[in-house]
Amino acid sequence: MNSGVNRTNAYKIVSMIILVILAILFAFPLYWIVTGAFKTAASVNATSPDWFPKEWVLDNFRKLFSKQSAPLWELGIPFSSKFSADGKPIIFSAGPKVPAAIRWLLNTVFMAVMAMILTCITAAMAGYALAKKRFKGKTMLFTLIVCAMALPKQVILIPLLREMSSLSLYNTIWAVIFPTVGWPFGVFLMKQFSEGVPGEMLEAARIDGAGEAKTFVDIVVPMIKPGIGALAIFTFINSWNDYFMQLIMLSSTPKLTISLGIAKLQAENATDFGLIMAGASLAAVPIIAIFIAFQKYFTQGIAMGAVKG
Amino acid sequence: MNIPFLITEQIRERGLFMAKSSNAVDRSKVLVRREARAAWLFLLPNMIFFVGFVVIPMILCIYTSFFDSTMGNDTKDVFIGLQNYKELWQDKIFLRALKNTFVIVLVSVPVVCIFSLWASSVIYKLKDSVLSLFRCIFYLPVVTGSVAVTVVWKWMFNNYYGIFNYIGKGLGLIEENINWLGDERYALWCIILILLTTSIGQPIVLYVSALGNVDTSLVEASAVDGATDFQQFWKIKWPLIMPTTLYILVITTINSFQCFALIQLLTSGGPNHSTDTVMYYIYYTAFKLYRYGYGNAMGVVLAIFIALLSAVQFKLAKEK
Repeated sequence: MNSGVNRTNAYKIVSMIILVILAILFAFPLYWIVTGAFKTAASVNATSPDWFPKEWVLDNFRKLFSKQSAPLWELGIPFSSKFSADGKPIIFSAGPKVPAAIRWLLNTVFMAVMAMILTCITAAMAGYALAKKRFKGKTMLFTLIVCAMALPKQVILIPLLREMSSLSLYNTIWAVIFPTVGWPFGVFLMKQFSEGVPGEMLEAARIDGAGEAKTFVDIVVPMIKPGIGALAIFTFINSWNDYFMQLIMLSSTPKLTISLGIAKLQAENATDFGLIMAGASLAAVPIIAIFIAFQKYFTQGIAMGAVKG
Repeated sequence: MNIPFLITEQIRERGLFMAKSSNAVDRSKVLVRREARAAWLFLLPNMIFFVGFVVIPMILCIYTSFFDSTMGNDTKDVFIGLQNYKELWQDKIFLRALKNTFVIVLVSVPVVCIFSLWASSVIYKLKDSVLSLFRCIFYLPVVTGSVAVTVVWKWMFNNYYGIFNYIGKGLGLIEENINWLGDERYALWCIILILLTTSIGQPIVLYVSALGNVDTSLVEASAVDGATDFQQFWKIKWPLIMPTTLYILVITTINSFQCFALIQLLTSGGPNHSTDTVMYYIYYTAFKLYRYGYGNAMGVVLAIFIALLSAVQFKLAKEK
């Protein structure tokens, strides 16, 4: 008995040690990105690496910001490329020239926020209908949603690209946002959460004379708030990092996202690792900060969605 | 008793009853219709996006796979039946990509599942703050984003400035610098290694919460009955977390099949197609060679493989 206890304790200690080492290894790439961004060119290209930057410099960021420039914003008339003389969209307001990386960051934030808002609203509504309403075709619709979820998103990208060009949405941020909103995971998650709303409460609201919209806003939404929070942060992070979709839908320099921007930097300056790390840290640090701030919602949400599913 | 009267009475009663019930049916029909209308109105905004940007492309994907659809050809798409699918099985690069994809899936799925289960079982009983620290760290590579992760690994694997060669030589494991990503023998394994670090975060989150939800009274009862830790795990916890395991198996399989950014940014499928995966080859065919029809055919085949594998996993898990 005693030796058994000792053995379990020994196992626990050994596995803790292994786990701590692994955790350090997992965090290392991120450490390497951030420190690499502040290293001097000599230090970056040293054959025996500096584990910690000897001196912190901003050279890499300076280079990153001086490389390319783009207007801070461009507001155009929707679909104007269809009727404008040169086939380009008509832009009525363009911001001052700024380093392209700033514009990329702005594009990415806009994309992720838009995708997040649209997904949360539409998915919460649809999930509620699927969970609490009876109607013909419900089972079929739900089956379709689950099947679509299991399919790899990327296989539909080729037809999606052609669809977007025929809608003249190609090379606009909307071409990335719309498919993200349509992706059925959100509806699935919201359905799981809406199942938990007691039917009696909905019934009571109806007897009190509340309309459908009022019932949804006043009763359902407050009850599924944790789910919406989880979906929001999940969509935000996924859309921020959905490199493949962005790669296919966006092409001109001012339209890029930060991920695409770094990929482009990497293609053009393959071995200037300091510069690339500066770009990478610009992409990684904001999203990590957001993740850490909302960690709780996020972990709860993905766990709940999976367990109930 | 007046029998005819009874019958008429009965008929009247039944008639009345019938009238009542048909009235109720009418009313409930209205309600049903109203409910259905409300349901579809709630579904509508989402359906626009779902049908428009998921379902229609899916149908188009299958449809176009039967055509010779190449951009730059002035001619319209030509219907060629199953020609694209036939070509696939003679395309050596595709077969190699398929093989690589399966190697990635067969290595990464078991490793991810076993490692995440082990790691979660070590950390799930720890203090909340320590637990979330660990969970956060293992989730970092997922949040950091594939591009940022990939570029830093590319640096670490670099022939001249990478730390892998430095450490390897320092420890005496390798004698000369290895061009990790440029060598057919290592490139695919380097990619699998990076894929593993980016795939483990979500399973750990899921397992930690599944293990935390296991009813402690069951575990305690078995401890009283003299069950060892090992028995407790296999006889009580393992069956209870089975649904989570199944979910993890399916999502990890899908993720591994879709491995793309790593390949596009690290090796572009090279050297000599040794790191081509189906997903990358689809991209290459469609967006470099502009053969949409052929690319779509590959997409359909990939989707079928994923569907089959998920179905098999479901079936195995159910039998257990």
